[in-house]
Amino acid sequence: MATVTIKKTAKKSAPQKNIAAPADRLEVLKTYKIYIGGKFPRTESGRYYTASNNKKEVLANVCLSSRKDFRDAVIAARTAFGDWGSRAAFNRSQILYRIAEMLESRKAQFVDELVKQDSTRVQAEKEVELSIDRLIYYAGWCDKFQQLFSAVNPVASSHFNFSVPEPTGVVSVIAPQNDSLLGLVSVIAPVIAGGNTCIVLAAYTKPLCAVTFAEVLNSSDVPGGVINILTGKVSELAPYFADHMDVNAMIFCEKDAAVKKLIREKGALNLKRVTVYDSINWLSEKGQSPYFIMDTQEVKTTWHPIENIGGSAPGY
Amino acid sequence: MATTKNNTLKLKFDSARKYAPALESKSAATIDARYDLFINGKFEKPQSKKYFSTINPATEEKLSEIADANAADVDKAVKAARAASDKYWKKMPASERGKYIFRIARMIQERARELAVIETLDGGKPIRESRDFDVPTAANHFFYYAGWTDKLAYAFPGKDPQPLGVAGQIIPWNFPLLMAAWKIAPALATGNTVVLKPAENTSLTALKLAEIIREADLPPGVVNIITGAGSTGAAIVNHPDINKIAFTGSTDVGKIIQRAIAGTNKKATLELGGKAANIIFDDAPIDQAVEGVINGIFFNQGHVCCAGSRLYVQESVYKEVVRKLKDRLETLIVGDPMDKNTDIGAINSKEQLNTINKYLKIGQKEGAEMYQANVEIPSKGFFCRPTIFTNVAQSNRIAQEEIFGPVLTIQTFRTDDEVIEKANNTPYGLSAGVWTDKGSKIFNLTTKLRAGVVWANTFNQFDPTSPFGGYKESGYGREGGLHGLAPYLNLG
Repeated sequence: MATVTIKKTAKKSAPQKNIAAPADRLEVLKTYKIYIGGKFPRTESGRYYTASNNKKEVLANVCLSSRKDFRDAVIAARTAFGDWGSRAAFNRSQILYRIAEMLESRKAQFVDELVKQDSTRVQAEKEVELSIDRLIYYAGWCDKFQQLFSAVNPVASSHFNFSVPEPTGVVSVIAPQNDSLLGLVSVIAPVIAGGNTCIVLAAYTKPLCAVTFAEVLNSSDVPGGVINILTGKVSELAPYFADHMDVNAMIFCEKDAAVKKLIREKGALNLKRVTVYDSINWLSEKGQSPYFIMDTQEVKTTWHPIENIGGSAPGY
Repeated sequence: MATTKNNTLKLKFDSARKYAPALESKSAATIDARYDLFINGKFEKPQSKKYFSTINPATEEKLSEIADANAADVDKAVKAARAASDKYWKKMPASERGKYIFRIARMIQERARELAVIETLDGGKPIRESRDFDVPTAANHFFYYAGWTDKLAYAFPGKDPQPLGVAGQIIPWNFPLLMAAWKIAPALATGNTVVLKPAENTSLTALKLAEIIREADLPPGVVNIITGAGSTGAAIVNHPDINKIAFTGSTDVGKIIQRAIAGTNKKATLELGGKAANIIFDDAPIDQAVEGVINGIFFNQGHVCCAGSRLYVQESVYKEVVRKLKDRLETLIVGDPMDKNTDIGAINSKEQLNTINKYLKIGQKEGAEMYQANVEIPSKGFFCRPTIFTNVAQSNRIAQEEIFGPVLTIQTFRTDDEVIEKANNTPYGLSAGVWTDKGSKIFNLTTKLRAGVVWANTFNQFDPTSPFGGYKESGYGREGGLHGLAPYLNLG
């Protein structure tokens, strides 16, 4: 009772204009950091940029990641690949499903961030829901795409011969600059469903969801290093994403012809598998398919002799 | 340790190698005094007004009372399934259907211990098996098929896969929950609705699954679980508004079903009996092979349609294999299924125990030599000592007929040709095992053995992604994997 009285008195005796009523509390703002090896460091460069929306409202000070951040992330991704790539497909399936569960439970937060980043609420809700469902879609593929893209080859000699897809390794990804959550999820999910690890550069002007998605990953049993998320400038980082010798494949999702050419040229250094998704509507059904998984797979063929003794009697 | 004649070391089992009891708690399980039929999303009293008892085969104590569905109850369930198919299930976007099935998978995982305990109490299988095999594999099966719902067009390129409608499913008592999962998961994933009947001895986990399905908020009627014995099953098979019969059980009943649905448009998959050959070549890692043989025949008390019940050993290693098998037999722990140390639990029912005992007599009469482990078995409940027969002829009934118990026959062979012929000399063709260090020999055998599943240097492996089913009189159609989808689809 005493407290209430004091509060009332305080209010009355404070005639200033817009100071929040003492009963309210000040919101704690989140620091948007990058995600490397399962941890949330700031960029080693100490640089930042300010992300803002169309209304010129400041959204956050965001890490302007450097070449060194990328190289650290590659080390984390390569380290994680040994474990992730050799896990049972079923286990990867469970983990992708878990990411979807976590995203569903934080739906409201993502909707708010998308709205801050200029989506309408209806668009934002649709984008988050599609992102959740897309994760479920690829959770399903983890232990199925092999069944569609493998073959037992009827070679003419007496051999058992079969071909199976295997993950290519570490993949660098420059995510779509527009659908900042759905695009990111649509590009990452097939890469990790197939057993690869990756380093992703988030949308430059809309980085909030990507960083918050890292928090979802961090609470979803995804081992650290499987997905690493950087924020920063495409023009600055694209050359490093393309020419790093320990990256096996690269995905680029923009139309910029000069950058596409640069990536293909630089990627030649270690014959990177470069894939460009520059005309895909991530909101449509075309934004999901097992062929996205196959873009970062190798095919391995094994030969094994078949002894040819016995069985001369008629079969039953 | 003691030294045997040929100077190899042998473990002595008469020493103080006793295990303290390690009983699983029953507190994880709640079993109601009485269970009704799960029709149209609700538990309903049977129109027959009849109930039958279900007992714990390890103690012969009554666990609960189960509704006995008659033809009118079956009709009600089929009508509910048809309505659910037309109203909800067929129309729903495939990805949404998938999310329902994922929910079921997750809830089985959440309630895993409860289901394992009930499975063991009701069916007699060791808790270690229900906990580590039956229940997780059942959950994984739902998880796997959930993912297929919106991907069927990729599985059947150039086709427009459509559901068949209402599936009538009848399952056996050896893997009650797992068989329910094998049946329900692919049926739902392909857009069918279901009327499922568990075996009368082991209805409880299927009814728990009904609770889970209700909790998962599936539209009413999509899954109906009705209980009863053979006549309930017959009412399902003969119901005119069922599009597909999926049956796992004996070859005799499978044949009755094929006759019964002749002249109708009903499709069928039949997963029936087996008499698997398990073949040990002289270059095999013998200790590993012996473990595999033990697992192959004594897993789930030998109540396994793909059990490795016929062992073929190459002559040069015969003595060693038989000696090691007998040694290993002595270490098996037979007894309380709720004890985590137990290897062999209770025989599922008195009838099944009688069948097994009948075959033990037949085997001896036919001139085979019987050897049983020198282990104590509980005085109450239905138990059988692990048994091996040597000096068995190919024509002996114990080598030809499915016993469905912990009984192994052993024969010898000299050449590949001989063992292929002997292994294939059976009306069944469900599974087989091959033990050899030589890869090329494995693939030779897998090519020539007429069986739906061949295990090499392993046995009794199951995975939702891997198709399972038989050749010849072991039935037709496959369950599991990509191939398990087709039997539930109209591919035009």
